[in-house]
Order: sequence, then C-alpha cells, then structure tokens
Amino acid sequence: MNAKTKTSKKAASAPKDANGSGAAQKTARDVLLSVEHVSLSFGGVKAIRDVSFDIRKSEIRAIIGPNGAGKTSMLNVINGFYHPQEGTITYKGEKRSQMRPHDAASHGIARTFQNVALFRGMSTLDNIMTGRSLKMGKPIWWQVLHYGPARQEELKNREFVEHIIDFLEIEAIRRTPVGRLPYGLQKRVELGRALAMEPELLLLDEPMAGMNLEEKEDMSRFIIDVNEQFGTTIALIEHDMGVVMDLSDRVAVLDYGQLIADGTPAQVQKNQDVIDAYLGVAH
Amino acid sequence: MFFLETVISGLLAGVMYALVALGFVLIFKASGVFNFAQGVMALFAGLTLVGLMTGTIPITHLTNDALAMPGWLAIIATIAIMMVLAFAIERLILRHLVNQEHIILFMSTLGLAYVLEGAGDILWGSDVKVLDLGLPQGASDWLLDNWGLYVEKIELVAALTAGILVAVLAVFFQKTRIGRALRAVADDHQAALSVGISLRTIWVIVWSVAGVVALVAGVMWGSKSGIQFSLSLIALKALPVLILGGFESIPGAIVGGLIIGVGEKLAEVYGGPIIGGAIENWFAYMLALAFLLFRPQGLFGEKIIERV
Repeated sequence: MNAKTKTSKKAASAPKDANGSGAAQKTARDVLLSVEHVSLSFGGVKAIRDVSFDIRKSEIRAIIGPNGAGKTSMLNVINGFYHPQEGTITYKGEKRSQMRPHDAASHGIARTFQNVALFRGMSTLDNIMTGRSLKMGKPIWWQVLHYGPARQEELKNREFVEHIIDFLEIEAIRRTPVGRLPYGLQKRVELGRALAMEPELLLLDEPMAGMNLEEKEDMSRFIIDVNEQFGTTIALIEHDMGVVMDLSDRVAVLDYGQLIADGTPAQVQKNQDVIDAYLGVAH
Repeated sequence: MFFLETVISGLLAGVMYALVALGFVLIFKASGVFNFAQGVMALFAGLTLVGLMTGTIPITHLTNDALAMPGWLAIIATIAIMMVLAFAIERLILRHLVNQEHIILFMSTLGLAYVLEGAGDILWGSDVKVLDLGLPQGASDWLLDNWGLYVEKIELVAALTAGILVAVLAVFFQKTRIGRALRAVADDHQAALSVGISLRTIWVIVWSVAGVVALVAGVMWGSKSGIQFSLSLIALKALPVLILGGFESIPGAIVGGLIIGVGEKLAEVYGGPIIGGAIENWFAYMLALAFLLFRPQGLFGEKIIERV
C-alpha cells in the first residue's frame, strides 16, 4: 500500500512541478470562490482581519498558519457557520456578504471538521447516507411507508454511497457504529460523508490531525484521487508541512487573523514573514 | 390466575405510560429538549378531538350538532391542528433559543405547558369530557370465557395501537432519509447543517410526530377515563419511565413503561396489605431513584464514556 501511495503522489505532483504549478496558472476566470476584505470578530477578539484570497476551480488550496491564526474561522465563514462583520464572499460568481449553511450545502460546498463531527450513534453507511440528504426529496408519506418512489430513491442513493465506500476502502466497517471506530477511520468516514454530497468545493479542516504516517499517506492519496478523478476543488487546513507542500497547488498563510503570504508552496516556503510566524522572531 | 391478571393489567397500564414516554423520547432524541409539555399536548389533543366531534364552538363552549364531525374526520383535523401547533412552537419558541442551554429550553417547555393548558381551558372548557370514538368497551368476553381472565378491551386496543405506532416509528427512524436526518440532528447540529439538513424542518417534523403520538395517548387515556385535566399529570409518571428506559431509546420507553406498569400493580396488590397501600402512587418514583443510583443511563440509554 505504501508503494502505491508513493507512486500516486509522485504522479500527481510531477506535472505540477514541470509547469511551475499547473493550477496556479489558471486565469482569474476560473475562480470558484473568493473572499474579499473579510473581517470577523467575537466581541473584542478579532479572529480574521481584512483577509482576501481566492480558490480556483480544481485546485488544491491549503490554508496554513500557527494555532489560533483564524484558519478554522475562515472555513466557518465560507460555509456559513460564522457571519463576517465586513467583506464579501463571491461563490460561483454570486457576491454576498455572508453564507448560510444550508445555502452553502445546496450549492455544493461540503466540509469536514477539525474534531471529527460524525453522527456517533449511526453506522458508517448511515453517516455517509446523510450526505445524500439534499439529493433525496421524495415526500414524507412515501418514506413513512418505505415504499414506491421513496424506496427507488433510497436504493439509487445507496448505490452511490457504496461506490464511495469502495473508493475509501472502508467496506469492512460498513455496519459499524462510527463511535467505535479508531480515529483515523472516523476521519475517513467523515470524508466519505462530505464526498456523498458530490461537492464542487470540499473544505477539509485538518484531515490528517492525529494520524500516524501510514494513515496520513492513505489520506493524502484519497485527497489527490478526489481532486484528480472528480475534479473537486479542495481547500484544506493542515499542520503537517510535508503534506501541505506535497499536495497543494497554492498556499495561503494566516497569522493573527491576517493574510501574511499567498502563493505556490515554493514561494511561501521562502517567505520571511512565514518563517517568522512559525519560528517566532525577536522583537 | 389472579397473579396473571395483575401482571396483564400492569402491562396494559404500562403501555399507556409508554405512549406518553414515547413522545418525550422523540423530541429529546432529535433536539435534546426535555419537553415538559408532552402530557399537556396529550390533553390538548384529546380536548380538541372531543370538541370537534361534539361540534363545540371554541371559547363559547356551546355545542352545535350541525358542526359535529364524524370521528375519522375529527382525528384528521386534530392531527392537522397538532402539526400547526408544532410549526408555531418552532417559529415562536425554538427558533429563538437555538444554541441555548438545555435548561433554558426545558424552562420554555414548562411555559408552553401552562399556555397550552390555559388554551385548552379557554377553547374547550374545563369539564370532564367523554370521548366516544366507538372503541370497544368492557371486558373481553373471549378471554373471560376461555381463560378466565378479566381484561378490558380498550386496553388491548391501546396495546395494539402502541405496537403499530412503535413499528412505524422504528422503520421511519431507521430506514428513511428524514429518519436519518432526525438522528443526525440529535447527534450533532453543526455536522447536520454542513450536509444540508435544515434544523427547522426537522424540528417541525419531530414536534408534529410528537403531537400525533400525544393524540394517540390522549385518545387511549381519554377513552378509558374521560378527557380531564388530570391527564396532564400522567406526564409525571412518564418521567420514571424515561429514567428506567433511557431518554434516547424508543424500545426503552416501551420496556420502561411496561416495567413500571407491572411493578406498581404487583407492589400494590402484594405489598399493599403489608405496609398499608397506596404504593401505586410512589412505586414508580422509588424505582426510578434506585435506577439513578445504580444505572443512571437507564436500561437502553447510551453509556456516557468520556475520554480523559
């Protein structure tokens, strides 16, 4: 499995290196989401200050920064959990001052959470099936009877979910209540639930936190495969710099709620502000 | 034989408790709200049903036979009214209390209980009402003749109804999209929102279903002993049922109801003469207390394990 991981990662990053990061060369026309001058505060605490950046179609966009830099807050702004006091969010060409979670979900934004937020009492299968909620709309009376159109719909979506289960190689835990799964697998199920939404934009909040090397390699492979096979745009927060540099097309760096650098992994790595933010600097 | 009769009568009383407890569990599962108003909802549903069937004009309490609805139509109308009520509760109360402490939500249902009780009084009057849906009354002759058992027909109907209700709810919860969404909301609000589940819709559905369950409970209790305001007090008996069964378990509500029903009948019949009777009134609470000491999560509740 390791060997396969390595090669698929190489294959994925090779052309990018050759072109000097393929996705970064895409024009502004391909921007899927952009945030402009977004500020968010909780009382007197300023979590995000005047941040602007964009996410282009089909790229893997990393958001990094030290703890408390406002990375998760940024994701929460994008999918509508937080409403920024200032700034605009433009998604698929539509400009708005805030997102609402339901709108975000129905317009193709899916996410995972930093501290796994699965439905603990439910099986892997049921958890991933909830990701199909918006794709299923047969009326409640058919559902109560569990018959007719509702049954057809259930079977059709179940088939889709089985594909995801195959893709993520979690066939064996299909029926297991997720509360009983080890952490690494829970993260995978959570990814599965997000994928079940057939998202255009996938937000991953520390998808590899707390994982061992092997689990990280598996997760990296899934992220690359999702990006390449389905063309899904991915924005991810991650602390493992090796992973970030390997996976992402472009990196945005936040520190104390401010955007301090934005560019290709190579550019960001050399940026003095970034180095200072991570290593600390004598004042 | 007498023992068997006591057990059966206890089981059937337990079904009644279980019906009320079921309404509690549904709402608690989906929103973490302990709905103190569940008993009053049963009362309100019963009052409305009787009012519609007898053609009572709200507020004036005068009856007009021309307005009287047949039983089936009155039931459908009452279900519709309970759904409107669910919608109003979401719109006027829950929506404004999102992300508040559980105790605050609980207090709001306490208020709701009083409002509903008052509304029931104003609309339909406070006298004891006879509910005649044509459900069979009296003892079951067949059981009496063949087995020598005295069992009320209405209680058998209640048991059957509860069984069907639970089966339908179980399928609904386990196998359907909305059922999954209900369980998802119960587990994690934010995650549910992130997959596009609407909390508001789910809450309206849950309270509607709880309203329908309340109607069934109201009809069963009402057919047995008339629709009266003491009906809202059976909510208190549902509390020990929930402690026994676990607040989040539908099977728990049923089994808990049965245990309490049988337990208090047996205690009354066999323990009563020894310590002077009236055990039926407090037995359930003592049993609940014992459970709280030794198994606080209830028989079917999820054991709370915290990783430290």
